[in-house]
Amino acid sequence: MLEFNASTVAFIVFALFSLGGALGVVTTRNLIHATLYLILSLFGAAGFFVLLSAPFLAAVQVLVYIGAIAILIVFAVMLTRSMTRLRELYNRQWILSGVVAVALFVLLMVGVILPVWGNNGSQVGKPISDTVATTVDLGKALVDQNQYVLPFEVASLLLTAAMIGAIVIARDDRE
Amino acid sequence: MAVLNEWAFIGVFFSIAWIFPFLPIFMAHLLAPHKPNSIKQSTYECGVETVGDTWIQFKVQYYIYGLIFMVFDVEIVFLFPWALAYKQLDFFGFFAGLLFVFFLFDALVYAWRKDALEWV
Amino acid sequence: MENLCSINNLAACLVQGGMNPDLANLLTTLGGVVLVATVPLVTVIFLIWVERKVAARVQDRIGPNRVGPFGLLQSVADAVKMITKEDITPQGADKFIYNLAPIIAFASVVLIWAVVPFTPLHIGADLSIGILYFVAVASIGTVKIMIAGWSSNNKYALLGAFRTIAQLLSYEVPLVLSLLIPVMISGTMSMQEITRQQGGMWFFFMAPVAAIMFFIANLAETGRAPFDLLEAESEIIAGYNIEYSGFKWGMFMAGEFMHAFTACLLTAVVFLGGWWGPGVEQIPVLGFIYLGLKTGVVYLFALILRSTVPRVRIDQLMTLNWKWLVPISVANVIMTAFLLKLVQWLNLAPQDGTLGAALPQTIILFAGNLVLGLVLFNFIRNMGRSQRLADQAVPVLGEHEESPVHAVGD
Repeated sequence: MLEFNASTVAFIVFALFSLGGALGVVTTRNLIHATLYLILSLFGAAGFFVLLSAPFLAAVQVLVYIGAIAILIVFAVMLTRSMTRLRELYNRQWILSGVVAVALFVLLMVGVILPVWGNNGSQVGKPISDTVATTVDLGKALVDQNQYVLPFEVASLLLTAAMIGAIVIARDDRE
Repeated sequence: MAVLNEWAFIGVFFSIAWIFPFLPIFMAHLLAPHKPNSIKQSTYECGVETVGDTWIQFKVQYYIYGLIFMVFDVEIVFLFPWALAYKQLDFFGFFAGLLFVFFLFDALVYAWRKDALEWV
Repeated sequence: MENLCSINNLAACLVQGGMNPDLANLLTTLGGVVLVATVPLVTVIFLIWVERKVAARVQDRIGPNRVGPFGLLQSVADAVKMITKEDITPQGADKFIYNLAPIIAFASVVLIWAVVPFTPLHIGADLSIGILYFVAVASIGTVKIMIAGWSSNNKYALLGAFRTIAQLLSYEVPLVLSLLIPVMISGTMSMQEITRQQGGMWFFFMAPVAAIMFFIANLAETGRAPFDLLEAESEIIAGYNIEYSGFKWGMFMAGEFMHAFTACLLTAVVFLGGWWGPGVEQIPVLGFIYLGLKTGVVYLFALILRSTVPRVRIDQLMTLNWKWLVPISVANVIMTAFLLKLVQWLNLAPQDGTLGAALPQTIILFAGNLVLGLVLFNFIRNMGRSQRLADQAVPVLGEHEESPVHAVGD
């Protein structure tokens, strides 16, 4: 089974952060607390990236998600005054949504997770490659003509479109 | 696995770093006098009574700054691997990066002209 | 592990003595962590004294000189005072978050010291993404301000927190953009490696514009003058930490001083050659002293700047960032990228770490920066000139015109 070493302990800790944070987001009544639980959950995800030898993505996760998006969520929560304290935690459709959630979970496990990483999965038994792709490889791949240069440029266009759209919407009241 | 050793250091650092500020605050909690009364605990508003809820007129400009920052943040995240591998790229790499930055500079100019950068 | 040599032997010793290797690793890591974390804590006590003395001297007074020799124990006296002050928690404050904010404030700065290379052999953790780690930890700082401002249940704290966050978010862009330059020149994000590659020539001479941008953005990020609008007593009292008293407020203040020092430390590491100095390859411990000296010079500069330059208004602050620093940083990145490729094409790239090999690249990059600086300077001068002409063109009131000010009786 699992050998008990530092990696396992770290995995358990980050799993607690991720799942506990996610649970906190949906069960708390105070929206600001929900945002803080979200930040905790994102920290857990960043920890997983470190365990998977992708420290660049871990830093990016903290920088973009926690440093920018969580702040924007807090701003958005503050913009809507009455939402800080929810009156009810569940609405009347909780049974139906519970059924759908469980069905989705089962579907994911049976259709995606188990065939790939289960006992007879396609990824099990393959040797772990000795070449770990580093951030430098990522950089080279991003501008390689045969690899990802087109998505790289399209991402830039997408960001431009997002910024223009957001400015148009947010400044709407000025006209 | 020397890489994970470095991160183990960071992990332990994260777990320990909060103890250093916590200890003096805890000591203060033990040593300091604790005599709360309603006047001391009322919120501070230049010496007068608070008027109204604790809500302020939220200017949408804060949100716009956050938004523009986020777009630039994601741009920087894309530029970091590019800069890291830069010495091993050829001139095509330079032009790819130039095009990328040009689009975002374009967006900045748009925001500038639409007065989205003004603090009003 | 690149930890202290003695601690390396300690792990092996413990394992030989029969201890579980994982546990031995954990203990030595713990020792290293405590050692690295103590350096900023000890430094900040000395730092507050330096700050007060320099500010005092610039203002033509003496500064603290009663407590201890030359007033050196003043910080200790302040700490004792703060611990014994009553801790007033405002009513309606969110208790857990309210207490969490000062802890995060202090802890988030100490975390940066884990990647600072003190000497060629001693570094907390030589992460392959050292620079990005610094940026990520700096961006956590905005979270602490948000929760401090919100949990105080105070309008002014909230307003101050919003403004502070707007300032911090805005100035992170030129900060990170100017950090791209050393990453491009050295081809690595590891702090130790970047320092090692400055053996030939400091990056400051290869990218002065980037260094200046980094320094200015750091001043704004740490809330130092002239960007200290948000803790200015005449403006918004104390901003987001109005409702904090006693040692919690002390934590915020200490965290801020330490953040400023850490920013200067990083400027020294990334742009001024870190631990490089004469004789450091034979006696590594000298690196500590050289790093301290360079950081001290940058910090002294920041302190004098604080006492001499007037405070910037909030709209001037935002304009400075989005209309000046960001376009300059972007232009700088493109220009440096172009020049680096030019240097590579001309086969002038430094092959080894000596001064002579690094000189051609330095000259070309410095020339590029100089051109950028001159273009900027001209632009500012022309703008100033046109502004002056516009001011002088306002028509002066002639004698035959009525003054708009009438006496009360009319």
